[in-house]
Amino acid sequence: MTATTRRAGDVILKLDNISLSFGGVKALTDISFDVREHEVRAIIGPNGAGKSSMLNVINGVYHPQAGTITFRGEVRRDMNPHRAAASGIARTFQNIALFRGMSVLDNIMTGRNLKMKAHFLEQAIWFGRARREELEHRAKVEEIIDFLEIQHIRKTPVGRLPYGLQKRVELARALAAEPSMLLLDEPMAGMNVEEKQDMCRFVLDVNEQYGTTIVLIEHDMGVVMDISDRVVVLDYGKKIGDGTPDEVRSNKTVIDAYLGVAH
Amino acid sequence: MEEQRDTFPRLLAHHAAVRPGHPATREKDLGIWQTWTWSQVADEVRALACGLAAEGFRRGMHLAIIGDNRPRLYWSMVAAQALGGIPVPMYQDAPAADFVFVLNDAEIAYAVVEDQEQVDKMLEAMPQVPTLKHVCYDDPRGMRNYEGVTSFAHLQEKGREFDRANPGWYEAEVAKGRPTDVSVMLYTSGTTGKPKGVCLTHDAFIAAARGGCSFDRLTANDSILSYLPMAWVGDHLFSIAQWLEAGFTINCPESGDTVMTDLREIGPTYYFAPPRVFENLLTQVMIRMEDAGAIKRWLFRRFMDVARRCGAEILDGKPVGGGDRLLYALGNLLVYGPLRNVLGMSRIRVAYTAGAAIGPDLFRFYRSIGINLKQLYGQTETCAYVCLQPDGDVKLDSVGLPAPGVEIRIGEGGEVLVRGRMLLKEYYKRPDATAESIDADGYFHTGDAGFLDDAGHLKIIDRAKDVGKLGTGAMFAPNYIENKLKFFPHIKEAVAFGHGRDMVCAFVNIDAGSVGNWAERRGLAYSGYTDLAQKSEVYQLIRECVEKVNAELATEGDLAASQVHRFLILHKELDPDDDELTRTRKVRRGFVAEKYAVLIDALYGGKAVQHIETLVRFEDGRTNMVAADLKIDDAKTFPAAHGKAA
Repeated sequence: MTATTRRAGDVILKLDNISLSFGGVKALTDISFDVREHEVRAIIGPNGAGKSSMLNVINGVYHPQAGTITFRGEVRRDMNPHRAAASGIARTFQNIALFRGMSVLDNIMTGRNLKMKAHFLEQAIWFGRARREELEHRAKVEEIIDFLEIQHIRKTPVGRLPYGLQKRVELARALAAEPSMLLLDEPMAGMNVEEKQDMCRFVLDVNEQYGTTIVLIEHDMGVVMDISDRVVVLDYGKKIGDGTPDEVRSNKTVIDAYLGVAH
Repeated sequence: MEEQRDTFPRLLAHHAAVRPGHPATREKDLGIWQTWTWSQVADEVRALACGLAAEGFRRGMHLAIIGDNRPRLYWSMVAAQALGGIPVPMYQDAPAADFVFVLNDAEIAYAVVEDQEQVDKMLEAMPQVPTLKHVCYDDPRGMRNYEGVTSFAHLQEKGREFDRANPGWYEAEVAKGRPTDVSVMLYTSGTTGKPKGVCLTHDAFIAAARGGCSFDRLTANDSILSYLPMAWVGDHLFSIAQWLEAGFTINCPESGDTVMTDLREIGPTYYFAPPRVFENLLTQVMIRMEDAGAIKRWLFRRFMDVARRCGAEILDGKPVGGGDRLLYALGNLLVYGPLRNVLGMSRIRVAYTAGAAIGPDLFRFYRSIGINLKQLYGQTETCAYVCLQPDGDVKLDSVGLPAPGVEIRIGEGGEVLVRGRMLLKEYYKRPDATAESIDADGYFHTGDAGFLDDAGHLKIIDRAKDVGKLGTGAMFAPNYIENKLKFFPHIKEAVAFGHGRDMVCAFVNIDAGSVGNWAERRGLAYSGYTDLAQKSEVYQLIRECVEKVNAELATEGDLAASQVHRFLILHKELDPDDDELTRTRKVRRGFVAEKYAVLIDALYGGKAVQHIETLVRFEDGRTNMVAADLKIDDAKTFPAAHGKAA
């Protein structure tokens, strides 16, 4: 019933001939693909295919030995995480990376860090600009809490939450940065069916409501095929498929990589 | 100006004039409590009513209202009434298919719903409900790409325009309303057959509200938390009728999951909850106490003994010895006060429970820590207003005295008959059912079996039609036995069988939270509900409960024959989505007996194990098969002791 008329726009991120190796191990070999504005773009592949490495190249944690990254018209050899964050790229991690002893609210507030202008001394005495700013940020954070339906755990320390909810809090923190592009590293790993459904809905809602471009890595093929516009398939660091879910599903090489080849 | 206050829209105008700046509605939104005063609410309702009128809503039409407790949905009810329309609130957690019957029965053309989820259900139901044309939603989230539905803001904007173009029109519509008009239609949950629309007039609900407010001295300074389903008669009585009668403040929680936090923040003075909510609260307290340090545990135990001994008596103002009074005062400082605060009940003046029987221990617990918890008795057909327990005269096993303006008679077979202004006008389009339930003298037949005791308090035994006879001729009151079982925190639900049989057998649903915690503390590993339910340790635990009930029944004369001989623990929770419970969580006895016939045969056939496969339906309509081998256990029974008659 939901009329999903996604407005995939121009290419905003383009990766050309990316190669990355750690010593003798080739993690990525000559990979090129692009991401369009407002789309949901999935990267899939078996274990060790180089999916997380790909994401790490995009937000600058790893620096590829060869190839170029073009983000919003700017050509670079590599990114660095701070620049990526400043230019509107936010991410979540495969192994949840939250502050376990802090409340959900405080964790999400950290996502606003880059947007805070006040000097830390001003913040310390909670006066003038710092006070005004914090109120604004808190309002934004509350909007996200409402959006992801986590009001009931606002004041709960993250360490006490079940896994599925921690994942949602991590997404909330990423959203707090108001990113134009969101990188999700296995957002549904380790979740039960119901939690996965919830997460899918939230990912699609984010995409629809805020127009956020989403690049996600996911193991669950069902999920990927349901929610993404285009899919890149990696295997042993090489790109073996790229296209709409239907195209990828009928790609012979992809089927072989997933199901194995008869010898 | 009494004549001005005989319909709900006129009551709203009254409060807007008398106490314009007094808070009428609060809602926690984005982490902050938002407040609307009476004059603001009157303004919102006016804009809404005019908006509905601009969309073509007319006198006599029905307005479906579906969603969690949201201020705008409450206002929609009054807006519909202002136009002479009839709001029809529905249970928000039902799947689309369940809505179809009611939507068609009430010939719904207009619906005001909470959010995308409910809009989707309406759109899904539309092809089968030809009359449904207009859907308006409150929460705009995720609604960007929907067509053919109206946002609340848009509707009100349209209303304000309409109001400017037609000055005085709203006042004229309100003036046309008569107290004898139907003010709301509430569908009965229907333990048997299809739901019926109960038509209740302004006059009936205002009589019930006025009676209740004077009985408990409710004023504009009271405050309540509105968190129970809007389609339920009780919520309508508290959050609409008494709200508009007394002019107090209703508070809408942020979401269903935050009710406990919101309760603490608001600290209501007047509170209602069904027994299971009080039970869950107590279970949580007990679980947390088990995890507390040794000193705290000792203090809690020590002072709960004191409270048990004299707490309820002190609350009732009965004479209590000086030593106990002193101990209780100390306990109040150290234990009861902080506990009331944790429960969000520090400011409570009056708390009510109803809808099901409440366990004597549970009831006493709350009263003993100083919470004025009382029971009331009523049906959808009587605006939930028949009996109330007066302050200082609360008996555990009765539902109280007839409320002001209510007459009670005990009819044939012990059936409770009631008469008064609060009675329904009729069942919608069901003259047969109306004639059946209201007799020539104007008495409504409640269908409950009960009696009035010497002091005039009403005692309810069971549903009249459920009371049967065992093969031996002894009386069999299944609810009575089930309630006794359910009073144990480990047992969530029970279904007893025995009519026409020579012994009583029962199904038991364990409480996943309570039994799960019990298992955890014993290091008992389990993979899920079904696995936990079939553990022999759990059977042992439940058998002890059943045997305690048997020991009690043995002392209750006639009911001694109703001791539970055999029982089994069900592999799944009974669920309204599977039609096993009504939306108000009452067991559909006939349906359950039919669905699990094979288990009943096994109980009476003397089998020790029975295999069963069950279809489970999820809230979104998908289904799944669950299979299990269920153990059947025997419980010890006791010889009848004629100490005390039932």
